[in-house]
Amino acid sequence: MSEYIIDDTVDITDVVCPTTFVKAKVALEELDEGQILSIKMNDGEPVQNVPRSIKEEGHQILKLIDNEDGTYNLIVRKVGD
Amino acid sequence: MAVDYATLKKGGFMRQKQKNNFSLRLRVVGGNLTAVQLAKIAEVAEKFGDGHVHLTSRQSVEIPFIKLDDIEQVKNTLAEGGVQPGVCGPRVRTITACQGEKICPSGCIDTYALAKELDERYFARELPHKFKFGITGCQNNCLKAEENDLGIKGGIKVEWREKDCIGCGVCEKACRSGAITITDGKIKVDNDKCNFCGRCYKSCPTEAWDTVHGYIVSFGGLFGNSINKGEAIIPFIEDKDKLMKICDAAVRFFEDNANAGERFKFTIDRVGKDKFEKAILEAYNE
Repeated sequence: MSEYIIDDTVDITDVVCPTTFVKAKVALEELDEGQILSIKMNDGEPVQNVPRSIKEEGHQILKLIDNEDGTYNLIVRKVGD
Repeated sequence: MAVDYATLKKGGFMRQKQKNNFSLRLRVVGGNLTAVQLAKIAEVAEKFGDGHVHLTSRQSVEIPFIKLDDIEQVKNTLAEGGVQPGVCGPRVRTITACQGEKICPSGCIDTYALAKELDERYFARELPHKFKFGITGCQNNCLKAEENDLGIKGGIKVEWREKDCIGCGVCEKACRSGAITITDGKIKVDNDKCNFCGRCYKSCPTEAWDTVHGYIVSFGGLFGNSINKGEAIIPFIEDKDKLMKICDAAVRFFEDNANAGERFKFTIDRVGKDKFEKAILEAYNE
């Protein structure tokens, strides 16, 4: 599961809930099925909730990387068109 | 003829400031009404009331400005739409519930099914004073379980299933209690910190958790003239039969020990917390 190539990135550290999820969702919509998105998010509420929302949309979460600067990158494989 | 207010109150008819006018409280379970019931309620409010209804603080509906002479006709009309009067006074009141796991993504238990079961078991049971049940589906506590005489909160007990874990690390961040630590790819749950919210399981991409859905039950909540947060005795109840036994034991304790007009919290305080805990644990371990 550690093998993946990131196709696109989105930074949601400049927005707050619920726009965090919306921005990530829009970025995922622009990808094709199977492509990988890296979502950069803040610690706290975004990292608590955004991964679950992405999962509930049906996408596949591969990894959560701690950037050790108060942000995380969530690596997601798009599922569905 | 003298008006028997106690009987009217028992039947859900609440005396208004306006003479001979009553606000009729309806029987609602878990905050749900069908469209058919709503249509009938609207019809009665138009025909027998003044055209409005009031939503009560505990998920019921009241139709104000019902006239004393119309009471039987109002009851019969409501029955056509499957609507019954509610209750007031010293008895088991409306069983309240949030939407629970059938509707809400956060829900851990089927709150409505449980509300119906409790309603069938206890609704309108005569007791020394009012007795309120409230059911909330998860730790978000939208239904404020602990403000009820007996509050039930849904929870999920988790155990990590290593073979399905992809080591993504989402659960550690989803946990708001700091109960999860990951060391060298191994997940450890601190059971003293876990509050059974289920967020680790719900956020997990592979649902690599064995789960038990259960109940956290609190006793003695009040939110009126006096305020008290209900307290749990057993941290987590896995089994619904045991939950029912505990509910029976709590109601029985209240019935056997309470003075007239004394809320559950004050009965527990007066008779002794230790005695009450013993009664509950006996029912649990039966």
